[in-house]
Amino acid sequence: MAALVVEGVAKRFGALTALEDVNLHVDRGEVLGLLGDNGAGKSTLVKIICGFHRPDRGRILVDGVPVALRGVDHARSLGIDTVYQDLALVNELSVYHNMFLNRERRLGPLLHNRLMRRLAEEHLRDMGVDIPDVTVEAAKLSGGQRQAVAVARSVYSDARILLLDEPLAAMGAKEATIILDLVADLKARGDVAIVIIAHNYAQALQVCDRVNILQQGRITFDRPAAETSVTELTDLMVPSHRDRRRLA
Amino acid sequence: MSLAVARTPGGAALARRAWDGFVRRREASVLVVAIGLVIYFQAASPLFLTGDNLRNIAQATAPTAIVAVGIVFLLVSGEIDISVGMVAALAPYLMHYAIDFYRVPAVPAILLALAIAAGVGLVNGLITTRLRVPSFVTTLGMFYLLYGVLLTTSKAYPVAVPEPVKGSLQTWLGAGDWASLSWCLLVVAVFHIVLTRTRWGLHTISVGGNPLGATEAGIRVNRVKVGNFMLVSVLGAVAGLMEAFRINSIDPNIGGGTRITFTAIAAAVIGGTALAGGSGTVVGALLGMFVLAMLQNGFNLIGVSANPFFLIQGIAILVSMIANQYLSRLRRTGRS
Repeated sequence: MAALVVEGVAKRFGALTALEDVNLHVDRGEVLGLLGDNGAGKSTLVKIICGFHRPDRGRILVDGVPVALRGVDHARSLGIDTVYQDLALVNELSVYHNMFLNRERRLGPLLHNRLMRRLAEEHLRDMGVDIPDVTVEAAKLSGGQRQAVAVARSVYSDARILLLDEPLAAMGAKEATIILDLVADLKARGDVAIVIIAHNYAQALQVCDRVNILQQGRITFDRPAAETSVTELTDLMVPSHRDRRRLA
Repeated sequence: MSLAVARTPGGAALARRAWDGFVRRREASVLVVAIGLVIYFQAASPLFLTGDNLRNIAQATAPTAIVAVGIVFLLVSGEIDISVGMVAALAPYLMHYAIDFYRVPAVPAILLALAIAAGVGLVNGLITTRLRVPSFVTTLGMFYLLYGVLLTTSKAYPVAVPEPVKGSLQTWLGAGDWASLSWCLLVVAVFHIVLTRTRWGLHTISVGGNPLGATEAGIRVNRVKVGNFMLVSVLGAVAGLMEAFRINSIDPNIGGGTRITFTAIAAAVIGGTALAGGSGTVVGALLGMFVLAMLQNGFNLIGVSANPFFLIQGIAILVSMIANQYLSRLRRTGRS
């Protein structure tokens, strides 16, 4: 049974139709790559699956059970966790508070800062991320470090469905490898369903089991990564761009 | 020998780290100013550090510092409340109406006044978050609305503190020599811990620092904001009741108007709380309020007219805001 199924989801913002009719599914231990042009609706789709937006039509099934997500909190309680494109870090808070934001460990009514600090250090060390001091404010981190913290936060949250919106965007080559290795580890564990939004086709094919393309609010392409190639994906994406140029 | 050599740089490094830690604290600059003022006024007038005068300063500090604590929470979560002074003026009247017109016993009447204040905060919060009216405008409207309610229901006459609250209740809740300062220090201590060491504090900072990010992390942004509107209103009512007990009369002009509100905002800002949200300190607001109270008191003692006081207060606000901007830029670039 698929861990996550999206059926006939549509979403409009005023006059703008972001999603027309989206159908997709992901299994446990599977990594699904979601490709598409800018503005194709990828981020909207992610924000619907994680409970941030509510769909106008269609439904979402988690482990075969239809769920009406009431909010991000609700989705999180069902094991759906997200690394957002904007990372959702609070600059004024320390790295370890960011890592446990809205999932704070407590000792009675007070924050268990010592525990959170230790766990944050362990998680980042396990990932191979180099952040010397987890008590510094997030404002002081580099772009790559911020991304790593945001990914670490979701990965170590016991998520069973993990959504990554452009997780490699601000990454240098070394940091991107850290994230890709982490995704490979999670896949090997076999109990997490992963959806990655990516721009870089080569990276997507390297880490994903299956690739979907979202175009004009629909999934227009669904094939195992092994059966496609960067050339084919580029050929699929570029004409749509050319078509639109011609129309314009 | 080699041990001593090794220890010296270690000690210096330790001292340096302690100094860095001190400078990095937002309360540091206002603490230095407060200590400087104590030294200056004591040198200028030997009466400054006498028990009687310290009590004067404490009584001038306490109610407004309590309001400033609430203001800090609201500013940190990215909102502002300018109606809180009117809540402070209205609360003792609500107690008086309940006791003298509806025969409610003293303690329930006080709790009722606090509950109605919480209701005012709830309305402020809901209008701001649900209807998306900027909080400055929401609470400006609420300020005039409450002013109207206050003047209409009281006919603008002061009244005596109701008989049932007189005695030990009145002494404990404000009339006692150090009662108001004790409550103030308790409120500051509790809410300092709430802001720095609890989930509510962490979420308040997140909501003000990165509202979208906080929403994405599943924090109920509106709920946190509404809660802080209610907090500041209740603390405003506490301050108003305390003042009424202390001066032994309920007066529509005490605390009322804009004075408590603006002084509390000034104390918060001088103490190192940024208006933009995301950062602030409760202890700093208390120190800021001490500085303002000492300035007013010290000027009186050394015989300077009270009129230039506002000049100094204005300069203090501007200087601390400019320093804040500069310091937060330093922090962002990581050199602090």
